[in-house]
Amino acid sequence: MIIVRTLVFALGLLSTVVFASATYEAAIADDPVAEKRLQALSKELRCLVCQNETIADSNAELAVDLRREIRGMIRDGRSDNEILDFMVTRYGDFVLYRPPVKGITLLLWAGPILLLLIGILAMRSYLKRRAVEVAVADKPLSADEARRAEALLNEADPK
Amino acid sequence: MNRYYWILGAFAALVVLLAVGLNLNPREVPSPLVGKPAPAFRLAVLGQADKTIGPEDMKGKVWLLNVWASWCVSCRQEHPVLVDFSRRGNGTPIVGLNYKELRGDGAIDMRRVPAEQEVPMALERAAGWLKEHGDPYLLTAMDIDGRVGIDYGVYGVPETYVIDKAGIIRMKHTGPVSPQVLNEKILPLVAELNK
Repeated sequence: MIIVRTLVFALGLLSTVVFASATYEAAIADDPVAEKRLQALSKELRCLVCQNETIADSNAELAVDLRREIRGMIRDGRSDNEILDFMVTRYGDFVLYRPPVKGITLLLWAGPILLLLIGILAMRSYLKRRAVEVAVADKPLSADEARRAEALLNEADPK
Repeated sequence: MNRYYWILGAFAALVVLLAVGLNLNPREVPSPLVGKPAPAFRLAVLGQADKTIGPEDMKGKVWLLNVWASWCVSCRQEHPVLVDFSRRGNGTPIVGLNYKELRGDGAIDMRRVPAEQEVPMALERAAGWLKEHGDPYLLTAMDIDGRVGIDYGVYGVPETYVIDKAGIIRMKHTGPVSPQVLNEKILPLVAELNK
């Protein structure tokens, strides 16, 4: 019973998604090239109201306004760079999902590489140390030790 | 033993990092407009049908631009602070920027509002709100479609800008102005700019 209800609920959700994207597609139909650019641009831009969504994904009021603004600028024949600049002068680098590389964002861009380097160095020093330990441990047995080991093994495995 | 100190140290560093990170306010996005001239606009003035206002009208004065709307709940919270500020009468004018009075209100279905009714309805609502809560503004400019808001990088009403005599934005505050923000940040800045 619960499974059925869950399924019905899931289907209901799915249908709203399909429906929502259908209405959105309808608006795109008239000028495919411009709308493609709008889509690409709005995927580069962060909606400042719901900060982890792009302007393309967000239904916040501001995102709707900004999409309208981008549409207008495309119609006026402005380049992609001009449009992105328009956003950055108003909302700052934060509006870009791929912020430019500069002083303040250096750690952001270099951070992962830096962490990877630290990891590689740590692993190298660990492996080196371990190699020494293994080499020490792997020293061949002296004749005396070999005899003792033999005796112990025979003792443990009486046949 | 040594290794455990190392792990403990790394863990402590992580805790400090997360503690700092969690205490930052993600809404506080630095505005690129600080230090730049206030974007030009020319908008109708609330309650004075034949008048318009723009930043150049305020040249030579230190002034505040406060973005508000009647549907904005936090505006209600900061409003007494602004009213108090204007009553204390240190002569610093606050210009209101009414942001999307109708269009910004989630409770209104704009498809049901006839186009020619939008402006009169917005004016009436905005005026009604000021009558009810007090009017700290020298004037209120009506940004019906929110275009001026976009030029000012408005993303969360209320927002407040401090603009100097030369028309340069010196500070932006996003969110309601608390008495603390007013006393510790805005008033000292205004005093300094007025020197």
